[in-house]
Amino acid sequence: MKGKLSTFALAALISSGAQAANELKIGFLSTLSGPAGAIGIEIRDGFNLAVKHAGGKLGGLPTEVVFADDTLNPDTGRQLAERLLKRDRVNLMTGVVFSNVMLAVWPTIQESKIFYIAPNATPTNITGKGCSPYFFSASWPNEAHHEAAGAFANSKGYKNTYLIAPNYPAGKDSLTGFKRMYKGNVVAEVYSKLNQLDYSAELAQIRAAKPDALYAFLPGGMGINFIKQFNAAGLAKEVQLILPGFVSDQDVVRAVGEPMLGLFDTSHWAYDLDNDANRQFVAEFEKEYKRIPSLFAEQGYTAALIIDQAVRDAKGNVEDEKTFRAALMKAPEHAKTPRGQFKEAANGTPIQDYYVRELVKDKNGRIVNRKIGTILKQHQDFWLKDCGMK
Amino acid sequence: MPAILLLEQSLNGLQFGLMLFLLAAGLTLVFGIMDMINLAHGSLYMIGAYFMASFAQMTGSFWLGLPLALVATAIVGALLEISLLRRLYGRDHLTQVLATFAIILIANEVVRIAWGSQPMMLNTPAELTGPVTLPGGMQYASYRLAIIAVGAVVAILLYLLVTKTRVGMLVRAGASNREMAIAMGVDIRRLFTAVFALGAALCALAGAMLGPIFAVQVGMGENILILAFVVIVIGGIGSIRGAFVGSLLVGIVDTSGRAFLPLFFGVFLPPQLASAAGPAVASVLIYLLMAVVLYFRPQGLFPARG
Repeated sequence: MKGKLSTFALAALISSGAQAANELKIGFLSTLSGPAGAIGIEIRDGFNLAVKHAGGKLGGLPTEVVFADDTLNPDTGRQLAERLLKRDRVNLMTGVVFSNVMLAVWPTIQESKIFYIAPNATPTNITGKGCSPYFFSASWPNEAHHEAAGAFANSKGYKNTYLIAPNYPAGKDSLTGFKRMYKGNVVAEVYSKLNQLDYSAELAQIRAAKPDALYAFLPGGMGINFIKQFNAAGLAKEVQLILPGFVSDQDVVRAVGEPMLGLFDTSHWAYDLDNDANRQFVAEFEKEYKRIPSLFAEQGYTAALIIDQAVRDAKGNVEDEKTFRAALMKAPEHAKTPRGQFKEAANGTPIQDYYVRELVKDKNGRIVNRKIGTILKQHQDFWLKDCGMK
Repeated sequence: MPAILLLEQSLNGLQFGLMLFLLAAGLTLVFGIMDMINLAHGSLYMIGAYFMASFAQMTGSFWLGLPLALVATAIVGALLEISLLRRLYGRDHLTQVLATFAIILIANEVVRIAWGSQPMMLNTPAELTGPVTLPGGMQYASYRLAIIAVGAVVAILLYLLVTKTRVGMLVRAGASNREMAIAMGVDIRRLFTAVFALGAALCALAGAMLGPIFAVQVGMGENILILAFVVIVIGGIGSIRGAFVGSLLVGIVDTSGRAFLPLFFGVFLPPQLASAAGPAVASVLIYLLMAVVLYFRPQGLFPARG
């Protein structure tokens, strides 16, 4: 039996000229526990849904997904990446939620020459000067939502905008992204403490400054704290709050509720995007998990669809670098993703539309992020200019 | 700086301080009386907030949910003390830290299993949403005023309990000299369980009152626990009065640091540097305060032990 199998394998090797895998093993390294675990779980659920739709076979190959929880600790992430690559010998990697974990595990993945399909974190360090053929983002470049928000503030004619973000690298990057597009006057740029609980001091200053709009990048619990307190202070009537979509989607809506109503956010996707693939995704996600999907779920789902498409187009040649990369780069143009077909730039980042959404109640009384317009068309990563790859 | 902003920021500082007091009061009692470092205090705060969110949804009313959450968390606290923490009293502090740190991890995962990984929704009661106009035309969140009121009432009640009642006397005796209290025939085991349950109920009150303005999520206790420890170290371990003064100090220093430091640096530094230095210094200000207090008064401002 064993001899027969290896003869087959040999035959396959000769015929294809490269090693075609007969099964697909995907390492899914993500933040699945702790305070930030909810985001990883959204991505995982979206990913699993797509694998289920494909009958457990992405690209026609029996697929095994090996999950690992980095607990938002870069060191743990690096160890787990080693384990997935060396012990489990996965063919592809995906899953990372946070940029700091991504930057820590990236050298390990790149050295093993394994392709990584990003369902979220797409840090500028990996898309600019440090770009790599093994990196492929199925989400959005880290600054894109912020750039879209800046462009949206222009389109609304907000003359004076107040900016707030946590005092850490991603916070500064976010406001840089906003300012790159925003042409109005930045009243103030406030950096609050990381994991700050109480925002009363900042809110008092915002009230005194009387801006037209307020752009807040405060991920996770910080955002929940801030939105609740912003609303309790009665500022919602005086200042328009704008958020990047990844800190105001369903995961946050479920925690904040009514105070979310009337806010604007920017995103590469909306639950009510008008296409069949999206309607199917939203309906089946709701049926499976009894909740409205967030953009994180869409990203996980899309990552799996792109893997499915690329593996099929490469005829299972996941290990053959050239073939698989070519297939991967073309995959988003064929795959039926919920956000529609899109092109991939040479640095492995999507070239796609960005929308503005408003937080409103749907006809069933649920609070949803409803698309109200397209703000950036076929937008590409700013850092593509620094990437030498073609 | 307009006077009204100054006033508003002072009120913010007071309010943040009283919030911290709700949590620090229970922590200082347990730490001072039982000589027990309980890192899991933050977990009780989280459990209290989750109970509150559940009961408020179940009963449809914030005010009905509140007493239920307090009782439920006190029971959890008492069970925790009887089953586990009691065995740690005689051990050294490192063992206590390790064991109660383990409780944090276990509590986080248990909460996730019971309530799911998504943060819970807990909104302000309908009559306290939105701002009120204070004399002088200042707009202030009505719910924050309610927090100030609750914090002040709790401070007064705890003061009366500790200084005017028999239980309070036993608590003070236990805090200042445990061996002597035992020798005088005080049933320390029951006293400890009662104090721990009271501490848990205070945690639940903090979690319930702060839930509507903070995220109710797994791990919410760890962030605020650090501040509570700073408060009791400044105030003096085991002293309610110390916790009260320490809370107000931390609240006011932290708030005014965030509000005024960037402006202050702006006066004599170029804008680029000022905007970098302001937040950086503001975020370490309370630890600076703690270091200064420890330098001059290593026992804290109002040490319970003589």
